[in-house]
Amino acid sequence: MAERKEVDARGMACPGPLIALISALKTVEVGDEVEVLSTDRGSNKDIATWLNKAGHQLVESEQLADHIRFLVRKLR
Amino acid sequence: MTTRILIVGGGLAGTIVANGLCRQLGRELAKGAVNITMLGADERHLYQPGLLYIPFGRMREAELFREQRKVLSHHVYFHVDPATAIDVDGRTVTTASGKEYGYDYLVLATGSRITPEEVPGMAEGAHWFYDLAGARRLREALGVFTGGRIVVNVNVPHKCPVAPIEVTFMLHDFLKERGLWDKTELTYTYPIGRLHGLEPVANWAQPEMDRLGIKYETFFNAESVDPNARTVTSMEGSTLPYDLLITIPPHKGAQVIENSGLGKGGWVATDKKTLHRVGSNNVFVVGDTTDIPISKAGSTAHFEADTLVDNLVSLIQEGCMAREYDGKVFCFIEAGLNRGTYVWFNYQVPPNPVPPSRMVHWFKLAYNRMYWLSARGLM
Ligand SMILES: Cc1cc2nc3c(=O)[nH]c(=O)nc-3n(C[C@H](O)[C@H](O)[C@H](O)COP(=O)(O)OP(=O)(O)OC[C@H]3O[C@@H](n4cnc5c(N)ncnc54)[C@H](O)[C@@H]3O)c2cc1C
Repeated sequence: MAERKEVDARGMACPGPLIALISALKTVEVGDEVEVLSTDRGSNKDIATWLNKAGHQLVESEQLADHIRFLVRKLR
Repeated sequence: MTTRILIVGGGLAGTIVANGLCRQLGRELAKGAVNITMLGADERHLYQPGLLYIPFGRMREAELFREQRKVLSHHVYFHVDPATAIDVDGRTVTTASGKEYGYDYLVLATGSRITPEEVPGMAEGAHWFYDLAGARRLREALGVFTGGRIVVNVNVPHKCPVAPIEVTFMLHDFLKERGLWDKTELTYTYPIGRLHGLEPVANWAQPEMDRLGIKYETFFNAESVDPNARTVTSMEGSTLPYDLLITIPPHKGAQVIENSGLGKGGWVATDKKTLHRVGSNNVFVVGDTTDIPISKAGSTAHFEADTLVDNLVSLIQEGCMAREYDGKVFCFIEAGLNRGTYVWFNYQVPPNPVPPSRMVHWFKLAYNRMYWLSARGLM
């Protein structure tokens, strides 16, 4: 069964949510999901661009009161 | 009754924790109420930041090492006997020699390591400086380099977020000094859409690279290296040719963590404020091996270790935790061979690097010498 890993990158300036996401994807299996919580506006915009280039799926993204939540599925 | 503290890993974090505990628990240690044991993998303690200077001949290998027993307080029972299994339910750690160590408090400080073998062709086709053997090979390669294409390729996760940028600027100065810069094309690749994880560092580095004529490519995560064709290809579908490939290989935590079921990739799920292993109230995690999405750096290890020392002392003396880790990280950044800058930040305050200067470079060199004082817990 697909698993879900959570990465709470809120308030983490470095390495930032996208690097945390790429790192987390390396530790899960194809089909698994990674949920990233982020407050770093700088690399938030990169997440969708990178997923598109690297061939993974953005299942959901949600703007919450003080952070954004991304749900990503590893496809390859 | 004796409270047994067992520290696995004698790198920066484990050593600061051990020495800090000895400084604050003198009375308890003298009475035999506390016992501190450390399991390490090596007799010698390696000053890892010094590896950056080895390929450029700016530091001698002997300066990188000290005897771990001399760095540690004499109160610590230090065994070179790596942990092979950690059983947090049974509260025991088994070692390579077959011994079993029980504990009341366990500190996991097994750090991180490079895993070039994770990227097909990387181990055969690339150079790096993140361990001594790699730094030596890179020194040799630079010694015979007469010009061509150099690619500095950064992969994640990796420790020391600034070393890749530092090595790039240092390479520029090194090649210029040797009269090789005009014959070299230097390209820096970074995994995300800017030149560094820290936005202010990226904003500083980009015009600096433009000014110096260093090329760059973003959104580049190495998927494979072809050592025969001398190319590196990214997950994002780009291929770069090279004559010399300098990688920051992806990292993992220690094998024993993964083998013991304590975390995929060797990263232990850790509470970002208390540094407890998630699910244990007597197991703490410190330094690179935590899964906290924060820079894996010596300064992170240091500030976490200081927090942990206060909490362990408070738990032993007063039965409660003392304070929380606030996410503090401080990094010096070399901006060439003679200029440096620095950044600091925590969970609340974002980073803001100062303009590079010679003075900050000298501070960094001075810090290189002071490392041993900080490991001893004197700074
Ligand atoms: C080239 C380079 C440059 C760097 N520059 C900087 C810098 O400028 N500033 C900065 O802040 N940081 C820098 N760092 C990062 C810094 O060195 C690390 O982040 C820091 O050492 C982390 O401390 P640690 O104790 O978690 O891990 P380590 O210091 O790596 O210690 C882990 C220890 O655990 C031991 N171990 C592993 N497995 C076992 C086992 N099974 N049993 C027992 N022991 C085990 C290892 O042998 C090691 O001694 C740099 C690193 C490198 C490689």
